[in-house]
Amino acid sequence: MSTSESINVTILPGTDPTGGAPIDETRVPSRWGIVFARFRRQKLALLGFVIIILLFLLAFVGPYFAKYDYTQHDFSAFLDPPSSKHWFGTTQTGGDLYALTLRGMQKSLIIGLLVAVISTGTAAIVGSFAGYFGGWTDRILMWWVDLLLVLPSFLITAILSPTFRGKTWLFFVVILAAFLWMVTARIVRGMTISLREREYVLAARFMGVKGYRVILRHVLPNISSLLIIDATINVSAAIISESGLSYFGFGIQPPDVSLGTLIADATTDATTYPWLFYFPAGMLVLIVLCVNLIGDGLRDALDPQSGGSH
Amino acid sequence: VAKFLLRRLVNWVVLIAIATSAAYILAGLTLSPRANYIQRNPPPPERVVDARLDEVNQNDKTPVLERYWTWVKGVVHGDFGKTWDNNSINAEMGRRIGVSLRLLLVASVIGSILGVLAGAWGAVRQYKFSDHAVTVSSFVVLSIPVFVLAIALEIVAVSINNHAGHRIFVYTGETTPGLQGDFWAHLWDRINHLILPSLTLILGEIAFFSRYQRSAMLDVLNADFVRTAQAKGLRRRSALLRHALRTALIPSATLFAYNIALLFVGATFTEKIFGWHGMGEWLVDSINENDINAVAAVSCFTALLVLVAGLLSDVFYAWLDPRIRIN
Repeated sequence: MSTSESINVTILPGTDPTGGAPIDETRVPSRWGIVFARFRRQKLALLGFVIIILLFLLAFVGPYFAKYDYTQHDFSAFLDPPSSKHWFGTTQTGGDLYALTLRGMQKSLIIGLLVAVISTGTAAIVGSFAGYFGGWTDRILMWWVDLLLVLPSFLITAILSPTFRGKTWLFFVVILAAFLWMVTARIVRGMTISLREREYVLAARFMGVKGYRVILRHVLPNISSLLIIDATINVSAAIISESGLSYFGFGIQPPDVSLGTLIADATTDATTYPWLFYFPAGMLVLIVLCVNLIGDGLRDALDPQSGGSH
Repeated sequence: VAKFLLRRLVNWVVLIAIATSAAYILAGLTLSPRANYIQRNPPPPERVVDARLDEVNQNDKTPVLERYWTWVKGVVHGDFGKTWDNNSINAEMGRRIGVSLRLLLVASVIGSILGVLAGAWGAVRQYKFSDHAVTVSSFVVLSIPVFVLAIALEIVAVSINNHAGHRIFVYTGETTPGLQGDFWAHLWDRINHLILPSLTLILGEIAFFSRYQRSAMLDVLNADFVRTAQAKGLRRRSALLRHALRTALIPSATLFAYNIALLFVGATFTEKIFGWHGMGEWLVDSINENDINAVAAVSCFTALLVLVAGLLSDVFYAWLDPRIRIN
């Protein structure tokens, strides 16, 4: 996507369009400059952004300040409530919940980001190519979409994840992303079909611009608000499905932990030993909430027609 | 049109066959119900286990393709085989579909309608207090994974019960076993069991749909045709309802269709946590019980649902957007 596609480039008096030093006051703000300025005005989104940075710091720097590692067990403290020794309390086996929760947060944050980028990118490319080119391209790509939608994703992930026990969790990221992009690809295809007949797309086509360039320069920027909102929803969707699969024991495998496995361990004791449930569940909800707030702020900032910018 | 439908039908059968076969073979390669017998104390002799497993066509000593072929011959005649403990899959599936329907039908209809209305209303009143209220609460609900929401609702219900001193909310299973009483007592018992799981589902649906609907509605509100509709003298209310909402529903149609169909297996957490023995719960239980035939049956059912959803979404599209015609 080219960032030089600035809107309303009018040549103002005082600038020399053929070169020379541009005068500062008359500089036309770039599209992303406007988007950034609008985003800064979204208070909730900014708050979400700040909190997510803090959560990142907590997850990755926090463990250095902890007295215990997530693999350690304190055999003098089973099911202790939060104290100065164990900030978040301890689990049934004497594990330090603070260290465990941070470890789970690391997993959730990274998995969420990776899965979202992969799946939204795939959806945008597959959907727009299918919609723009039509014909056999469309048929073959949509057949793949249908096939992947039809394949029982939960079952396949559930059966495959335990076989990756002890290996890298990146397999898990790929599996999650592979089953997340299809519905968006269908939506993108639908929107591309209606964009294909617009005058500016036709004009570009008749001027001999290659198909993939039309898609990159005209189709995708026009659905960018959908893609960005989809990517943010995918971050939270990935985090939620990661923790959900882990909740059933089909995701992150022991001895590693995820927020999902921590919540699963807490389920039966949630009413008697509430900290087991409140800390991991609270962090999980906080992460997803912040991601969603950022997504909505971006949406309002990106849509040039939304009335809130002035 | 008949040719179009026929081609589509053939395509469906192929896709379902591929999906179900893939699931069967994958499950056949990785799962083995033999583990269920070995865990017993004392473990039964191997000969007995083999006989039992052969009886249900789930013996891992038979090559997976041979088992698959036996299974396919059954499925062609409409028989999905036996569960690992020798019950009929067909009967089990029928029972579980009923349970899921009773749990999901009301919740999904209420949830999606309320969600669409809340989203459209929020968009019309963008940045006003009511919009912020709808947006923020849908954010909060969407940020709570279903299992966390369900457990949190249970905690609330338990504390209300404790404060009241007797059980106001009951939330395990579909009915209270062995309940005495007349028709009304039974009806109330069923409704009471429905409250917490339905609430879990409805909250999620409202949040999900209102978010997409608000976004789609905002895209449409600034469009020329809505202004034109108002300029030609339509009242704002009917311009919004007849022109804007109708157009804004188009992107949601896909989501709506998939949502209806996938609810059957999407309510896995809700069914599992509240102890409803429906299709969603079977999805998890069949894997945990290493039941290959059950896994394949659930996959087949899910595949069928997804394709029905695709058809529904096309019907919605054609109905809402007159520019799209079958070609």
